[in-house]
Amino acid sequence: MSESATAQESPIIVVNNLIKQFGRFAALRRVNASFEARRIYAILGDNGAGKTSLIRILAGLNQPTRGSVSVLGSTDLHSVRAQIGYMAHPSLLYDEMSGIENLRYFARLYGIQDDRRCEQAIEAVRLDPKLPRPVGQYSQGMRQRISLARALVNDPKILFLDEPFSNVDSGSAKEMVKLLVKMRDQGKTIFIITHQAALLEAAADEFIWMETGQITSRTTSLHMAEAR
Amino acid sequence: MKRAFPIFAIVTAGLLTFALYEALVVAPTEQTMGDVQRIFYYHVPSAWTAFLLFFINFGASLVYLIKRNTKADILALVSAEVGVVFCTVVLVTGPIWARPVWGIWWTWDMRLTLTLVLWLIYVSYLVLRRFSSGSQTPVIAAVLAIFGALDVPLVYFSIWYFRTQHPSPVIGRGGELDPRMAHVLLINWLAFSCFAFLVCWSRYRLEQVKRDVDETQALEALLETRSVR
Amino acid sequence: MSTLSAITAATLQKDLRLEWRSKDAVNSMLFFSLLVVVIFSFSFNPTAEESRQIAGGLIWVAFLFAAVVALNQTWARELRNQVLDAYRVSPAPAVALFLAKVIGNFIFVSVLEALMTPLFIVFYSLRALGPGWQLIPVAALGTWALVVNGTFFAAMSIRTRSREIMLPLLLFPISIPALLAMVEATSSILTGENSAKFWIVLLAVYDVVFTTVCLLLFETVLNAE
Repeated sequence: MSESATAQESPIIVVNNLIKQFGRFAALRRVNASFEARRIYAILGDNGAGKTSLIRILAGLNQPTRGSVSVLGSTDLHSVRAQIGYMAHPSLLYDEMSGIENLRYFARLYGIQDDRRCEQAIEAVRLDPKLPRPVGQYSQGMRQRISLARALVNDPKILFLDEPFSNVDSGSAKEMVKLLVKMRDQGKTIFIITHQAALLEAAADEFIWMETGQITSRTTSLHMAEAR
Repeated sequence: MKRAFPIFAIVTAGLLTFALYEALVVAPTEQTMGDVQRIFYYHVPSAWTAFLLFFINFGASLVYLIKRNTKADILALVSAEVGVVFCTVVLVTGPIWARPVWGIWWTWDMRLTLTLVLWLIYVSYLVLRRFSSGSQTPVIAAVLAIFGALDVPLVYFSIWYFRTQHPSPVIGRGGELDPRMAHVLLINWLAFSCFAFLVCWSRYRLEQVKRDVDETQALEALLETRSVR
Repeated sequence: MSTLSAITAATLQKDLRLEWRSKDAVNSMLFFSLLVVVIFSFSFNPTAEESRQIAGGLIWVAFLFAAVVALNQTWARELRNQVLDAYRVSPAPAVALFLAKVIGNFIFVSVLEALMTPLFIVFYSLRALGPGWQLIPVAALGTWALVVNGTFFAAMSIRTRSREIMLPLLLFPISIPALLAMVEATSSILTGENSAKFWIVLLAVYDVVFTTVCLLLFETVLNAE
């Protein structure tokens, strides 16, 4: 390990020879990559390319079949859970509780007793913390935003978002992207899987293309990659 | 190693034949029960073998949980399968013996009841293995095996106390065992144990081959299209 | 340690609140328990004298059926919307989640038992000839025995086919010593013929052994894919 000038210089996530197999299906074939802090990474590719498998392993939800992952300098992903936020296409929320009730509960899981942080997270995604409506009755755009609020409640250093803009109206989506840019500027590292690359054209620092379980290219501009 | 198996198979076949001869011809006829009692030489050694196999399953499952060693997992699977078979033998020979001698098909005596519960636990173990998908089946099965093993002493004590409260016929011999009978019993146990070992070995090799095939196919899936780009 | 109890309490509170809000599940389960008692009463119609002998078995089999229905939906809410992922991705200990679920199930099944018992007493004209207060520890220890293993096996069944049948299939064999103890203890107390002390101790030992094993192995099972 080289002696870096600041902690921000060394990669925040390092992936080594990562292999993930589900029986005979190889979801990830020997992925090697490193990712820097304070970036927005857009992960693109067709269905079955391995994007979700990669993100779930980085978030600590699945175990690699072989290979290693180091997040925030540690290969024991359980120890860094407090600094990670995760969001997927399902809302990861209880439909029968309101937004603030959901956030209060999930905040407790991180040892956060302070209600104000929950309210702030909800306000950050431009929703009303006092809304008593159960989350199950939200529109899709609202639901994705409250789900993002849940992922932000513990003020994580790294965010993993799997298809956050799916079925969301373009207004809400643009709001979310603006928020994510603000978060990146405040020092967070953000990984976004999406089929709507255009949304992140200006916001993303790097575009990572995956195909059949491998990273095929990494570019800083959307159009550079498309002209392959 | 390849030659050891057929040699051992022949030895086992010999032992089983010898044991059968001993049980049916050489062993003295029991004075009260008559020839039906000879089932004892199948009933009891099967039970002992089943319990031994269960013990092996517990050990292998424990090793698997600690070390995640595939060999341990295969051993656990194999010993459970063969153990269930021997339990079935006990559960079938018990009533066959009981009916002509005591007039009842079933009695909740210690050996029969314990074997029945063991049979239930191990069948549920095998069903779990069949019905669960994914690479974590061995872990979940090993966890269940631990539960089963911890359950057995509790089953034993609960039946023991139940028996003291509600006495009923015991399927077994009353009083001292004639030394000649003990001799035949041990021969049969040796033969059964060898047979169990043989079947386990064979099944183990079969499972090992199956897993090798699966792993090769998985590796192929991993490597295909790698060089396409 | 305080984090553990705080998260357990928060999860339990959340579950109780959700249970209260979606009363459908609760109501249908209460009605199901009622039906079970009635069916049993039609099927086994002994004299008052005989009923004391068999009531122990009847009641616990009825409780077992009601418990299985309740246990089967333990994790249903966590699987909807993949909420379980949100828990697993957080630093909250798996054991806290397990304890909260077990305690919640214990409360729920106890409520079902409290509903069914008076009905049994009425249908069978039951009266305890032995020390009736001992039925409380028997019920508590017995219910815990069913619920602690049931919650664990429900979690194990999540990733299996035929989830609903998997739970009783795994639970019943392992529960046999506890069931025997519950039935025998209840019969002993009702008939007054024997002491239930051994059975109560056995139940306590069973509970300690299996609660420990469940706590030790739950994380392994939760993170299995």
